[in-house]
Amino acid sequence: MSTAERVHYKPEAAQTTEGALLISISTARNSEDIRCKCICPPYREFPGQIYKQNVSLKDCNCLHVVEPMPVEGKDVEAYCLRCECKYEERSSGTIKVTIIMYLSILGLLLLYMVYLTLLEPILKRRLFGHSQLIQNDDDVGDQQPFANAHNVLSRSHSRPNMLNKVEHAQQRWRRQVQEQRKSVFDRHVVLS
Amino acid sequence: FHVYQTEADCGRLLPSQSLLVLNSLPVCSPLPGVSSATPTEEMNGAGNLMDFLDEPFPDVGTYEDFHTIDWLREKSRDTDRHRKITSKSKESFWELIKSLLDAWSGWVVMLLIGLLSGTLAGVIDLAVDWMTDLKEGVCLSAFWYSHEQCCWTSNETTFDDRDKCPQWQKWAELMTGHAEGAGAYVLNYFLYVLWALLFSFLAVSLVRVFAPYACGSGIPEIKTILSGFIIRGYLGKWTLLIKTVTLVLAVSSGLSLGKEGPLVHVACCCGNLFCSLFSKYSKNEGKRREVLSAAAAAGVSVAFGAPIGGVLFSLEEVSYYFPLKTLWRSFFAALVAAFTLRSINPFGNSRLVLFYVEYHTPWYMAELVPFILLGVFGGLWGTLFIRANIAWCRRRKTTQLGKYPVLEVIAVTGITAVLAFPNPYTRRSTSELISELFNDCGALESSQLCDYINNPNMSRPVDDIPDRPAGPGVYNALWQLALALVFKIVITIFTFGMKIPSGLFIPSMAVGAIAGRIVGIAVEQMAYHHHDWIIFKNWCRPGADCVTPGLYAMVGAAACLGGVTRMTVSLVVIMFELTGGLEYIVPLMAAAVTSKWVADAFGKEGIYESHIQLNGYPYLDVRDEFTHRTLATDVMRPRRNDPPLAVLTQDTTTVEDVEALIKDTDYNGFPVVVSRESERLIGFVQRRDLTLAIKTARQKQDGVVSSSVVYFTEDAPQLPASNPQPLKLRRILNLSPFTVTDHTPMETVVDIFRKLGLRQCLVTRSGRLLGIITKKDVLRHMAQMMNQDPESIMFN
Repeated sequence: MSTAERVHYKPEAAQTTEGALLISISTARNSEDIRCKCICPPYREFPGQIYKQNVSLKDCNCLHVVEPMPVEGKDVEAYCLRCECKYEERSSGTIKVTIIMYLSILGLLLLYMVYLTLLEPILKRRLFGHSQLIQNDDDVGDQQPFANAHNVLSRSHSRPNMLNKVEHAQQRWRRQVQEQRKSVFDRHVVLS
Repeated sequence: FHVYQTEADCGRLLPSQSLLVLNSLPVCSPLPGVSSATPTEEMNGAGNLMDFLDEPFPDVGTYEDFHTIDWLREKSRDTDRHRKITSKSKESFWELIKSLLDAWSGWVVMLLIGLLSGTLAGVIDLAVDWMTDLKEGVCLSAFWYSHEQCCWTSNETTFDDRDKCPQWQKWAELMTGHAEGAGAYVLNYFLYVLWALLFSFLAVSLVRVFAPYACGSGIPEIKTILSGFIIRGYLGKWTLLIKTVTLVLAVSSGLSLGKEGPLVHVACCCGNLFCSLFSKYSKNEGKRREVLSAAAAAGVSVAFGAPIGGVLFSLEEVSYYFPLKTLWRSFFAALVAAFTLRSINPFGNSRLVLFYVEYHTPWYMAELVPFILLGVFGGLWGTLFIRANIAWCRRRKTTQLGKYPVLEVIAVTGITAVLAFPNPYTRRSTSELISELFNDCGALESSQLCDYINNPNMSRPVDDIPDRPAGPGVYNALWQLALALVFKIVITIFTFGMKIPSGLFIPSMAVGAIAGRIVGIAVEQMAYHHHDWIIFKNWCRPGADCVTPGLYAMVGAAACLGGVTRMTVSLVVIMFELTGGLEYIVPLMAAAVTSKWVADAFGKEGIYESHIQLNGYPYLDVRDEFTHRTLATDVMRPRRNDPPLAVLTQDTTTVEDVEALIKDTDYNGFPVVVSRESERLIGFVQRRDLTLAIKTARQKQDGVVSSSVVYFTEDAPQLPASNPQPLKLRRILNLSPFTVTDHTPMETVVDIFRKLGLRQCLVTRSGRLLGIITKKDVLRHMAQMMNQDPESIMFN
């Protein structure tokens, strides 16, 4: 949808100054992104018609946009009185960037989800016993809330590098999500 | 294990009558063997970038998950911090700058929240617009355009078919080449259902795998969090990301849900995210909740394009404590968010919401009768919805239905899509439906609702719409609208509360708008055909402007929304900000007031309070009035048959006894008395602090063994030299716990809990400790007094 300011002028001074500010701040606009749309209903024997032109706000009225004018002479005024002209504006660049960005984020999330649910268990089974930390993942209990933290800390101090930190952070995150999943989906404690 | 350190605090005495002592006396010497990098650096604002990957160590003074915070302690900590900064600011110029930065940090956070919320709302709006249209067809010239955007520049639109253009094709036309016919219709139908199922399946899978807290509306949980409850991860980064992404999917799938409630959750997540930038907010749970209140206002502001309504919504519905400072900051955040959204311009008209209306036709006094009737309808529908939805959610919670969330979402989406496609009013998105119902018919409208019989010889200008008889298109539309009404009423009951982000503002407004428009058209036709009746004679002249059905739709929407959520002022302000004029305040208020009265006659709670009750959150509502004549003795524990109160003595308990006490019981705290004989109260100590302190002492201090005596006095007790070294725990003792006498009326006790945000209160008689009242006991007592199930309160 696009900016619609009726040519039947309603006093909205604040909005037009703000609009002017936005126009002055923004960069060169695609000429296709502005238009004036005039809708003329059926008049006498002439059918209804829609006229569109890429003109600016000051030229957005019946006389400039309706071409070719179907009526002659003094009927022009009566015809134009029934037409309704709207000035509309949009930003096609914003729409394109937003949709493509959204789709890429969604795609990445879906790929990660497929990896977590399908690929990682298969990989883990192949590398069974490589790291004890993965086994620790399953026996986190509520009885020793700080003991496990201590274990994690002591292990990480032995190999302090970036990859390990990422792995530990990921393990911690997965544990949290598992806890959340238990509360929400299994025990129905929160967010029922 | 690491204790929060502030070098500047070492050796400083705090006044003993300060309300809380916990965590204000830090350990002065750094504990050996533990890296002390993270918390001190965080406090100074710097910090290793990779520190967020390290596991955060629990401190004395933080809270456990699913527990209530101590408001008084947080307030006192903030006052201490502020006093320290003010006193240091006189020392040097740099300290003065730091104090100014600290004062301005609140405004910076508000600005950032407004910017991010506005941006996310813009992204959500644009993506929903596109994906909703994706179910029906695709734009061939540029796939990222929705239907309207695709046909924007086309010259091939005609007056009758002003929505069609060759660049945008429906799926049937794209795949088979036929645009009309039964085969094309079936293929379109099939693909519509398929897309809807795909979107909702993706949404529920993402929620399940990445962020289970992202489901639901979010407003009941945010209300509880703002009242002092802790739900770790509820406002986290992954929840923010997943909620934004899956909200678009859920709304686009055609389900009967809205995005306003989830937008509040998204805005609060943004608030939480920016709080972690400043230690003023990240370390203090009370200050953080001030920021979250303002963030909630920004969320509603971008959802409705109503900044003032957003602030009032936050004040009335979401927040618990709302100091005046928060009012001004919320307004700022809401304005920044609204301005950011307007710059992104998702709907292309510099309006912030899809259904902004602009007409200013007057209304007449006699129309108050149908408006009040719409209010009654709204109240009745609200009651019906709340009862049905809570019953269904309870069933989901307790029976087998709850074990198949993914299947449930898919099933409901399938049913919705299959039933929604045939009716053109339910096939399109609910926001577009509301927009069409709100808008009045000009002479150029081509929708079925505006198919009035025109006199083509009229020469009136466009704006002056005289009364006209309804054409066949209008009657057709009325039938379809009635069916849509029934459909929406039924399906929303099953949709709200599923395991995907779902709001209910838009579906309620849709129900009300449909009902309102039907009533409006009925009144309009009655006025046209019977303009010689007494009521219409003075007000409706033939050929003159009389009834505006669009206004009835707005009033209906306000009535239904008020009936479900029981909002009062904020509802009226949101609605009049949506309509842009003050002319319609009286009808809106009449409908809102009527619907609230009717709905309150059946049950006092709105939908959010009912969900809070269903989940058993410890939410002490400020609106509930406690008028019973019970006393503190009736509620306190231990009761007559219970084991005696678990206490610690001031200098005779050993470490072993304390550990046994902690292991055997699950109380959150223990009172400390002088001795078991005299039972005079010294203070109160929290379970978590006891656990941490004893653990530290065993590891770090020499000579502390199981038989060491624990003492809470200033000086060590006189013990023979052969005894092991005693352990001083005075610094974790709260020396000023709240006490009431046993004859205090419960009315006062409830008031104290509410106003001060207490978690527990001790009961004494003649100075001797009798028992304890916790927040859970108060909530259970209130539930019992209202004949509800007291066992449903689950948390403390």
